[in-house]
Amino acid sequence: MFGAGGGTSSYEEIEHTDLIVLWGSNARAAHPIFFHHLLKGIDNGARMIAIDPRRTESAAWADLWLGLDVGTDIALANAVGREIIAAGLTDDEFIARATTGFDAYAESVEPYTLDHAADLTGVPAEAIRELAHAYAKAPTAQLCWTLGITEHHNASDNVFALIDLALLTGHVGRYGSGLVPIRGQNNVQGGGDMGALPNKLPGFQDVADDGARRRFEDAWGCAVPAEPGWHLSQMFEAMERGDLRALYVIGENPAQSEADGTRARRALDGLDHLVVQDIFFTATAELADVVLPAGAAWAESEGTVTSSERRVQRVRRVVPPPGNARDDIDILVDLARRLGHDWGQPTAEEVWDELRSLSPIHAGMSYRRLEELGGIQWPCRDEEDPGSRFLHGRLWEDPPRGPKAPFTPVEHDPPKDELTDDYPIRLTTGRHLDSYNTGVQSGRYRSPRRTGGTIDLSPEDAASMGLAAGERARVISRRGSVVAPVRIDRSLRPGLAFMAFHYPEDVDTNRLTLDEWDPKSGTAEFKATAVRIEREP
Amino acid sequence: MDIRLPMAAATVDERRAVDRILGPPTTGWEGGERRRVDGHVATGGHAARARRHLLLPVLHALQDDIGGISDGALGYVCERLTIPPAEAYGVATFYGLLSVSEVSPTVIHLCDDIVCRTSGAKELFTALADAIGPEGSSDGTRTWHRSNCLGQCDAAPAAFVQEAGVGRRVVVRADLDRLAAGPIDGRDPAYAAIGDAVLTARFGAPDPADLDAYRAVGGYRGLRRALEVGPDAVIAIVEAAGLRGRGGAAFPTGRKWRAVADEEATERYVVCNADESEPGTFKDRMLMERDPFSVVEGLTIAGHATGATKGFIYVRGEYPDAEDRLRAAIAAAEAAGYLGDDVLGSGFPFRIEVRRGAGAYICGEETALFESIEGRRGEPRAKPPYPTTVGLFGRPTAVNNVETLAAAVAIVAEVPGAADTKLFCVSGDVDAAGVVEAPFGVTVRELLTVAGSSHPPQAVLFGGAAGRFLAPAEWDVPLGYGPPSPPMGSGAVVAFGPGVDMDDIVQRIAEFFRDESCGQCVPCREGTVRQDETLRRLVAGADERGLLDEIAQVMRDASICGLGQTAAEAVSSAIALGLVGGAR
Repeated sequence: MFGAGGGTSSYEEIEHTDLIVLWGSNARAAHPIFFHHLLKGIDNGARMIAIDPRRTESAAWADLWLGLDVGTDIALANAVGREIIAAGLTDDEFIARATTGFDAYAESVEPYTLDHAADLTGVPAEAIRELAHAYAKAPTAQLCWTLGITEHHNASDNVFALIDLALLTGHVGRYGSGLVPIRGQNNVQGGGDMGALPNKLPGFQDVADDGARRRFEDAWGCAVPAEPGWHLSQMFEAMERGDLRALYVIGENPAQSEADGTRARRALDGLDHLVVQDIFFTATAELADVVLPAGAAWAESEGTVTSSERRVQRVRRVVPPPGNARDDIDILVDLARRLGHDWGQPTAEEVWDELRSLSPIHAGMSYRRLEELGGIQWPCRDEEDPGSRFLHGRLWEDPPRGPKAPFTPVEHDPPKDELTDDYPIRLTTGRHLDSYNTGVQSGRYRSPRRTGGTIDLSPEDAASMGLAAGERARVISRRGSVVAPVRIDRSLRPGLAFMAFHYPEDVDTNRLTLDEWDPKSGTAEFKATAVRIEREP
Repeated sequence: MDIRLPMAAATVDERRAVDRILGPPTTGWEGGERRRVDGHVATGGHAARARRHLLLPVLHALQDDIGGISDGALGYVCERLTIPPAEAYGVATFYGLLSVSEVSPTVIHLCDDIVCRTSGAKELFTALADAIGPEGSSDGTRTWHRSNCLGQCDAAPAAFVQEAGVGRRVVVRADLDRLAAGPIDGRDPAYAAIGDAVLTARFGAPDPADLDAYRAVGGYRGLRRALEVGPDAVIAIVEAAGLRGRGGAAFPTGRKWRAVADEEATERYVVCNADESEPGTFKDRMLMERDPFSVVEGLTIAGHATGATKGFIYVRGEYPDAEDRLRAAIAAAEAAGYLGDDVLGSGFPFRIEVRRGAGAYICGEETALFESIEGRRGEPRAKPPYPTTVGLFGRPTAVNNVETLAAAVAIVAEVPGAADTKLFCVSGDVDAAGVVEAPFGVTVRELLTVAGSSHPPQAVLFGGAAGRFLAPAEWDVPLGYGPPSPPMGSGAVVAFGPGVDMDDIVQRIAEFFRDESCGQCVPCREGTVRQDETLRRLVAGADERGLLDEIAQVMRDASICGLGQTAAEAVSSAIALGLVGGAR
């Protein structure tokens, strides 16, 4: 957002902020370390408002929970924006000085009255009003979100709706106030930062930026394409078209993590050549022609990782990879040599130093300084730069440095997998504390907390369907069906069901989900599937 | 939060007991019916967690009405107060008067502590074991347990009886028949005074809850004067009188009030520590039962002096009569304008809330008392910070003993001799056990004479189980604060007659501390257990004096609170005096 893909704030700020808004995030289960920081904030007196279709373990901590219908976040956010404007609670000075496009935004949210939003979202108007006033009046506020916002076909629009609220109220670019997309893997931030994106070079430099591209071309001695490549969802479509014939998968398990799993596996099967580099023999690896066992990134590998607060930290190898497994850099360098490019035998630090010479936001982060300071938050532009606790402080300068932040009007657009009489139940998916994504890393050890794959229903739905806890039910979507035992969950309401996706061997949830993806970000609508549920004889 | 409720549901009666304290649930999220709107909105958070302090009152309601706390009942409590069941279970099991393991219509707590066990308790134990079964057994309607000192040493042996749905009562001079009988035993107060009766002046009143009678003999003159002269002057008066805390720690009262008054704060509290549980001590009970208005007036004066607008009286759960009298006095005081938004038209608001202890000696420690009021296990806090800075609910708080407050009233009301008088509790091998009011400088021998002692005792324990045995030479030392007087403690004098088995008594003291240790810190948790075990070996003939000394030193030096710090005093003194271990 605003050009740089990272959360604006540091973790410590949530410990000292006045208001925490947790929107589309069950951080208690999915981001437990971050949630510790959040709990410290609550302990220090911060109020917390949670917005989530389910009253999750995270929402149970909140002073106020708004249980909106799945996929109605823009309606809610726009109503909050409209109410802030109508109540005269906007930060007019900040808007005038640091933003553009307010008038178009104000016009776009005008139809989203509290009552209209209550109709669209199911949340009582009074609660929406309370959220609006609390957010606008809080001296500092952290607006946090994860996949409840981004695993939708209109993910980017959802994010814009939240950014607009921060711009209305000046809750960005200063200590304690910010926008916090909490990242799911320990280094997914780092992956994007290093350029593992189809349209960005390392350091978020756009491929279309001639100057940046030329610097990389000079350093690497080859041409770099000026057009963006395909993101993951586009790759799958290309596979189906026959335009993508070979795939090299590193540390990802798309055979089980993609929406519409049946379709995804068929596409992978149709490849001429599939190479998988991973620490475990995943379901994707089973489909591969060649498997390259890799060292684990956290004990067997030397390098850096980057967290949700943009902090780059050192990780160190303490044991060598076992058996035939090899370090990722070794594998890539060996492969490059066989493809005709000799990169020598670079150490992790040498690779990092090359990155620093090409990525301005990392330039000052030598290994020595990373060790000295215990990690540094980008941007860190030179060896004197201590790093950046929060971003966009420039918007508070008078006049603000750099481009003003734009309001982006967006419209409510309900989920694509429509609810009908044949598919009347809205299924949403998510995570449990004890398991991790497709269960590759977490399924190998026992946990007393682990429930296994279940279809979670509200007590009312279970009763009306005549299903008791533990009974087997078949969950059917337009794309497939799975069988799972029933679990009764009071955090759900009639018409809303939930499944985790951690147990694809037993309950392959992604057979049900829809891969309708956001054209801007490529993420699929994992959060909104239409299903019906029947007793399984 | 991750609250996983037990599968059992609460019964209608259990819900009613809880709702009587909390009011009925208003949403599906706190145990009410799930309404449509509950699927889209919920509140909680700080507001819900702020009700945590109601946990003990709710658990009391269940114990009082139902006779115990079942899984289902606990689940409903947790749902109402958003407390994880493991935590609520940890609180409930901390307290001796709350039962989660059984629901019993009648529970009998039979005292076998140092005075009762020499006054017939052992025979009663045998009788009850024959009638019902070994300690802890139930015959379907009655369950019985051994109890530490119930504060009824003037009328031993004693029992405390909980009857679900009926009430709680104390039985004194107990026998099997009296245990079975219903209504409260009335008894004449046992007290005497050497010199002027100041604190005991009103003990003979026919109706201690009669406000007019209280006022007729000078009641509320103290508060009136306080309101006239103002907080600063009151503190100066109390400081000048040299009043020291009467609970055992003897901290200067005026200095404590000044410390709280000087704190920059929007909220302050005053707390009356009525958790009197020191074996051999019953003076506070007597004050609360016989002169409850003096406690109420004293706390009001304390509130006015410190700038607190809210006071708590934390009364031990085994004192039902004292609690009833206090509540009656508070109600009468409110009705007459001595409590409320505008006390006696002075503009000073002050209210008092009574909180009931649930059977834990450690809750007499002021910070453990705070924890208990706040709805937690009674585990003391590390000091500093001291209560005058960070106290109840984190606010500046002055904690005062019952007798301290009664003395403060008399001092501010300019009653002659108010600053120099002390209540002593004399019990054990004496003709007439009871409270003896005497000026400082009185001796143990003089106190025993008043109580009627036909022969010199074999041993005298001074200051309760946390005090020590006195050498005969010390029986003639003037008692007061500071040498040559032995430490005052709670002012309890227990005399042990020639026939008493002192090995048994000293072991019983070690058992007491082992039982009452809250378990939080290693020196006390381990030390009290090892002291108990080691003492047994000593009594059996082994020379364990060196080890006992070491244990004593560790507890004294390293325990978090006074319980651990004094747990070895009596045992050490008994060994030094040759009272135990056959070295006589």
